[in-house]
Amino acid sequence: MSSSTLINGLFIFMLAGFIGFEVIRRVSPLLHTPLMSLTNALDAIAVVGAIVLVGEHKSTLTAVLGTIAVVAATSNIVGGFLITDRMLKMFKSSRPASKS
Amino acid sequence: MNEFAGSQHIIEAIYLVASALFILSLKWMSSPTTARRGVWAGELGMLLAIAGTLLHGGIVDYKWIAVALVLGTIIGIPLGRVQMTAVPQRTALSHAFGALCVTLVGTAEFYLRTPDISRFMMAVLSMEVILGSLTFTGSLMAAGKLQEILPQRPLTYKGQNFVNFLLLGVALVIAVYLVLHPDARQLYPFMLVIALAFGVLLVIPIGGADMPTVISLLNAYAGLSAAAMGFVLNNKLLIVAGALDGSSGLILSVIMSKAMNRSFTNVLFGAFGQVQASAAAGAEAKPVKSATAEEAAAILSAANKVVVVPGYGMAVAQAQHKVRELYDALSKRGVDVRFAIHPVAGRMPGHMNVLLAEADIPYDRLMDMDDINGDFPQTDVALVIGANDVTNPAARSDASSPIYGMPILDVDKAHTVMVIKRGMSPGFAGIDNPLYYLDNTLMLFGDAKAFVGSIVRELTGTGHA
Repeated sequence: MSSSTLINGLFIFMLAGFIGFEVIRRVSPLLHTPLMSLTNALDAIAVVGAIVLVGEHKSTLTAVLGTIAVVAATSNIVGGFLITDRMLKMFKSSRPASKS
Repeated sequence: MNEFAGSQHIIEAIYLVASALFILSLKWMSSPTTARRGVWAGELGMLLAIAGTLLHGGIVDYKWIAVALVLGTIIGIPLGRVQMTAVPQRTALSHAFGALCVTLVGTAEFYLRTPDISRFMMAVLSMEVILGSLTFTGSLMAAGKLQEILPQRPLTYKGQNFVNFLLLGVALVIAVYLVLHPDARQLYPFMLVIALAFGVLLVIPIGGADMPTVISLLNAYAGLSAAAMGFVLNNKLLIVAGALDGSSGLILSVIMSKAMNRSFTNVLFGAFGQVQASAAAGAEAKPVKSATAEEAAAILSAANKVVVVPGYGMAVAQAQHKVRELYDALSKRGVDVRFAIHPVAGRMPGHMNVLLAEADIPYDRLMDMDDINGDFPQTDVALVIGANDVTNPAARSDASSPIYGMPILDVDKAHTVMVIKRGMSPGFAGIDNPLYYLDNTLMLFGDAKAFVGSIVRELTGTGHA
């Protein structure tokens, strides 16, 4: 990694950190649990690194480690999105004039 | 670097789109009306990123990728279908899985790249692996405590912090040594094992009431380790996702620590020194007033404004559906019923909101602490269900109390306070609650679910018979 790619990476990290801070600050406390499930699922994007590791198959060790990593991350993606959506479906506003 | 230049450009473009979708996804989470759109944006971004990655020119073997993706999906589906009351432990478990992935990839990269690795790269890789492995074991411990496989009580011993910092110190020394001498590969497993042990020891002294802070903190660690992995792999999408997840966890940790009146450094270093209220308070019998379900129902139906304060006890008793029946019965009589949610009520941020939403209580009836605290003096009845420390007026008035300074729900200012509680035992932190001895407080002794159920029967029985 040359020093310019390092600097690029740090810029991206800094900007994404600020965006994350500003965006997440606005999330209502009502939704903090689904927020955490969602960021968990998004964080499992680490799967892309693991996929390359398995696919390149440079050694048995890396392929085995990568395969376990893909399994762990994929279960987070599938489980995380599923439960976030299930939770959000439950949040309903007062039904319009349901006074019997 | 450029041998797969063609496909590499396409992949980078796809990652760019995926990053934008991830940011939109979090932006749409800000309100319940757009939140589901946020999930779809996240899913689309994820699908694109995975599909794009499969184009990677270096991939020679798709078989194991397919097997792993299918296996992960098979494990993930039940994890997405757990009961709502099990969401805190599921979340902790998914932090563990995320951290496991990061740690394994980091380990593989270490053995692939050393000894020809730049110092910066080795430093970031060490950070990735140390953060990842301590988050892995720490989250497993948290999940075990929440699932009650492990004892929920904090396990403390003398010199605990010293041992913890010593371990972390040794891991960091090894990391520095590896940065300077990347050919000392035999040291790597030691660093890994020490970081794993540190994660266990970090969470052992933490009690259930501190779980919201711990889960948020582990969330931040998981995000930061993923961002570090992004630097190692020079993957910008991963840096973005890790930074987003890290800042989310950090913000939640800060909110939780403020709500418990803990300093931020206290949280950052995981020194959750559980307040040991060794003075076994509550031993001397002070007089309390108690009431039956019938009396409680009469008072509630005569009220105009009722505020319900739910806590972890409601989750344990699975009382949320009975609470919903109470809400319906009172609303039908024209009583204005709202819910006051303390930020650290329950075992993770937003825990109570999800349980009440599951019971079909409209979310516009759920109020944050800051929005409702001013309304308690105009509230006829504050009904506390399974909450304790977050209603303790000692936090406002008694400087000697271990929770002094913690922001609380001012239920004692309501005209009448009713507290549903199993008995007079003090709360999780072992702190006596003066609320129970106030003149305007009525204790309703019993199981939350059963007691709310009998109040509902009283209300509907007289209403419809």
